[in-house]
Amino acid sequence: MMKKATMTVLAAACLFFAAPALADDSLYRDLGGLDGIKKFVDVEMAYHLENPRIMHQFDETNIDRLKEQLVIFFCQTAGGPCKYTNHDMKVVHQGMHLTNVDFNALVEDMQKAMDDQAIPFSVQNRLLARLAPYQHQVVTK
Amino acid sequence: MRLVLLGLAVVAGAVSSPAMAGELPDIFDSGKLLATSGVSQLEGAGGGGLASWALITGYGTRNGVGANVHYTGVALPDYRLDSMGAAVGLFDRVELSYAWQGFDTQGVGAALGLGKGYTFHQNIFGAKLKLIGNAVYDQDTWLPQLSIGLQHKENDRGAIIAAVGGKGAVGTDFYLAASKLFLAQSLLVNATVRETRANQLGILGFGGDRHGDYSTQFEGSAAYLISRNFAVGAELRTKPSNLKIAHEGDAWDLFAAWFVNKNLSVTLAYADMGNIVIRNNQHGAYLSVQTGL
Repeated sequence: MMKKATMTVLAAACLFFAAPALADDSLYRDLGGLDGIKKFVDVEMAYHLENPRIMHQFDETNIDRLKEQLVIFFCQTAGGPCKYTNHDMKVVHQGMHLTNVDFNALVEDMQKAMDDQAIPFSVQNRLLARLAPYQHQVVTK
Repeated sequence: MRLVLLGLAVVAGAVSSPAMAGELPDIFDSGKLLATSGVSQLEGAGGGGLASWALITGYGTRNGVGANVHYTGVALPDYRLDSMGAAVGLFDRVELSYAWQGFDTQGVGAALGLGKGYTFHQNIFGAKLKLIGNAVYDQDTWLPQLSIGLQHKENDRGAIIAAVGGKGAVGTDFYLAASKLFLAQSLLVNATVRETRANQLGILGFGGDRHGDYSTQFEGSAAYLISRNFAVGAELRTKPSNLKIAHEGDAWDLFAAWFVNKNLSVTLAYADMGNIVIRNNQHGAYLSVQTGL
């Protein structure tokens, strides 16, 4: 009896801990995997750097490193096999005094970049839906 | 009416000319995402076509101001409704709107002895206050954006309204609106409860010989976003039936909205306004153009 109970608990624990590995990665795949994300982040960053609303935010930024971090962050957000280990969004954007105008300008560049990579609008929205709540941490002004 | 047309022309000119747009104060930040300002509903508030939404009109963010003007025309088999107006959104918190409505009775006017083309007019002053939530950003919760609003309506045909059994020519609607963007599903959903005494939106006055007091009515909309520029959807709006002279039915529409850019949107719909006085099945084409920033 005791043994059976232990087995049940163990089985439940296995299921529980296995869950993250079985997490839904359909969005990650719909974005074209790591390669697809890398491609649109490249284009997205190019748009940021010529966007008069936010270009100045990147004056002292190591662009290559930022792109790398963005790819990992989007990959993890989309359910892909990446682990973002950098500071959280609140810390990263601290002291930047970002507004909704800045936040939305970034979103618009991202949409354009995903359009360029022929990522369907509905797939774009699934990613943006997971990113939208970060507005509360990113926008401080 | 001419004034509104002039306003339309001025705003359209201002926003289409880069030189003038460049001179606009920074407070007009046009910072909201495309389509998230909604369009202008029949009574001038930010919303869909029939329904008032919880979204604050215009493209101003919480640090800015937005403004727009609109023209809406509804061509029904026996009537014609025109609406024009202007609205401002202040810091994504407060919305103030004005709309002028003309309801042309065309041939029915003659049949009723009022004269062909007899037209009811309404001035509608609206105010809306966002209470909580953000329909767009709060994707991690089911909580919608909630706003309260009022629409004060003044009709110029008091004598006729009294003759058909209406209680008054002036009335105020109060509403509570909830809007939520289900972004992962590309779906914008809205539900509104309205306390009103209005007969046919106020075109036939307020209160009546069948029912004089306020009643609670419902407005619902669902819009599917096809792309950043296009949305299609449906709306339903219930209306009280206060007058003995004729039963007043509910209204619904199917719409397609084209957000050309943040300065221009065009909405086309098939609208069914139910029966209106002595004519049944008043359904037809709905066109609305909004320009602003």
